[in-house]
Amino acid sequence: MSIALSLKTQRGALTIDFDLALPSNGVTALFGPSGAGKTTLLRIIAGLEKIDSARVEFDQTIWQNEAVFVPAHERGIGYVFQEPSLFPHLDVMGNIEYAMNRAKDNQYKSFTETIDMLDLGPLLNRDTQSLSGGEKQRVAIARALASNPSLLLMDEPLAAIDVDRRNEILPFIERLHDHLKIPVIYVSHATDEVARIADFLVLLERGEILGYGPLGKMLTRLDLPLAAREDAEAVIVARVTEYDQVNSLNRLSFSGGEVRVIGAPLTGDGPVRIRIAARDVSITLDRQERTSILNILPATISNMVDIDAAQMLISLQVGEQVLISRVTKFSAQTLDLAIGKEVFAQVKSVAVLS
Amino acid sequence: MISDGDWIALWTTLKLATVSTVLLLVVGIPLAWWLSRTQWRFKYLLESLVALPLVLPPTVLGFYLLLALGPNGFIGGTLETAGGRPLAFTFTGLVIGSMVYSLPFVLQPLQNAFAAIDRRSLEVAATLGAKPLDRFGSVILPLAKPGLVTATVLGFAHTLGEFGVVLMIGGNIPGETRVASIAIYEHVESLQYGQAHALAACILLLSLFLLVLVYRYNRKRPGQASLVS
Repeated sequence: MSIALSLKTQRGALTIDFDLALPSNGVTALFGPSGAGKTTLLRIIAGLEKIDSARVEFDQTIWQNEAVFVPAHERGIGYVFQEPSLFPHLDVMGNIEYAMNRAKDNQYKSFTETIDMLDLGPLLNRDTQSLSGGEKQRVAIARALASNPSLLLMDEPLAAIDVDRRNEILPFIERLHDHLKIPVIYVSHATDEVARIADFLVLLERGEILGYGPLGKMLTRLDLPLAAREDAEAVIVARVTEYDQVNSLNRLSFSGGEVRVIGAPLTGDGPVRIRIAARDVSITLDRQERTSILNILPATISNMVDIDAAQMLISLQVGEQVLISRVTKFSAQTLDLAIGKEVFAQVKSVAVLS
Repeated sequence: MISDGDWIALWTTLKLATVSTVLLLVVGIPLAWWLSRTQWRFKYLLESLVALPLVLPPTVLGFYLLLALGPNGFIGGTLETAGGRPLAFTFTGLVIGSMVYSLPFVLQPLQNAFAAIDRRSLEVAATLGAKPLDRFGSVILPLAKPGLVTATVLGFAHTLGEFGVVLMIGGNIPGETRVASIAIYEHVESLQYGQAHALAACILLLSLFLLVLVYRYNRKRPGQASLVS
């Protein structure tokens, strides 16, 4: 935990009261509806916004407290804004060089890596006006990385891009997650983005932190609004172990057991993220033998919460991971479900992210 | 056609316009930047004061400048006590007069161009490690370039055509304060229309050329000051 942040302030009707410690590796998502204070938080970390009561600490360096305020240009950060905000008086290469020329220690190797990762080679000599929204944002990301930052801040980089283009750029953002060695703080209000790239999640609402923790835990915590959503889901990081050519099935393993996922063979030796929606998980007391369902996992009920008069949410501990299941109260009573009970989770559908 | 004396008058005019414009940019760029960003509540007072030469008869401006720069004036007198000589009827005095007279023509295009630069571009530059002065040179000035060109040309062209102020504070000293507009006036007074024609045509063509340049330049770059989003 090496990014520490606290602040207390009043913004019109919004009372902001934050106290946070974020991990110094991986992608941390600041997630919440618009007006939650996500962007304000990010701007304070960047030093673009100065709020007197704020305290910001990064890697044992004080960026802001009562006595100190390190200006943005001395913080060694990279910042990707919602709009690409490329300099119009410079071309693509000029924009990237602008950052490189001001980087503390500049490495040609990391430059070529960045260009490859974001597939910018063919665009380098283009005029910024001629690029599509997605291309501009890729250039903006490369520019932020070219300044060789020790922390990358991204403020909804996909929000200003239309839906078709978003799917074009999401894979690049996922690549960032796999390739970058620096911590990333990523502001978003889209669950699919968060599920794909976040390791750590901070849940914000109306200037308040509802909770924060590892992604898998946060998505399945029944006391948070995420689990109560219609599209509530669990995200599990698994490893590909085998591919069944005959049946086109990938075999993936994680601490709670094994799942099989249909589709083309999953490549790459890195971990794979899979998503299991709460509505696709049903509960049985005995392991079903004669069933079409492929994935059945032994589980322990860890929590139960009512959604409405008819339905309830149940969280299931599966190894170190947690799944959530949406069941009727009637079924829960009939099966006599209770916290601590050993059951089987039947997973009707598993989606592979990335 | 053009006599030696008139060549000298033309040269003095160009020298005056160049020196005044350069100094006006030096003063005007920071002032315009400050005016475009400040939240100061009395900003309008300063803006009115700076715009005054737009509406004031040059003789009125020249009269007060004469008083200020003369041996008994606030500026001239102080200089004299300090061992210098008063500025009225000197080239330096003319430069000061021209600067006051042309200030709004330089300041307003600059201020408009600076105001059109959004805060975002500066934030981007800051997050990329650019220090404040670096940001000014690498972002603000390039984005304000159309405004800079307009300010330079208007300041220069306006000083070329200056007459009333020069008449009041400069007089007619060849090589020092005798500028083209004074020379033309003098030729007309003594009915030397041919010589007046030659000089007037020079000023007309030069002014037209400069304005064509600036209008052509700005036609090609609409909305330069906005970021690519």
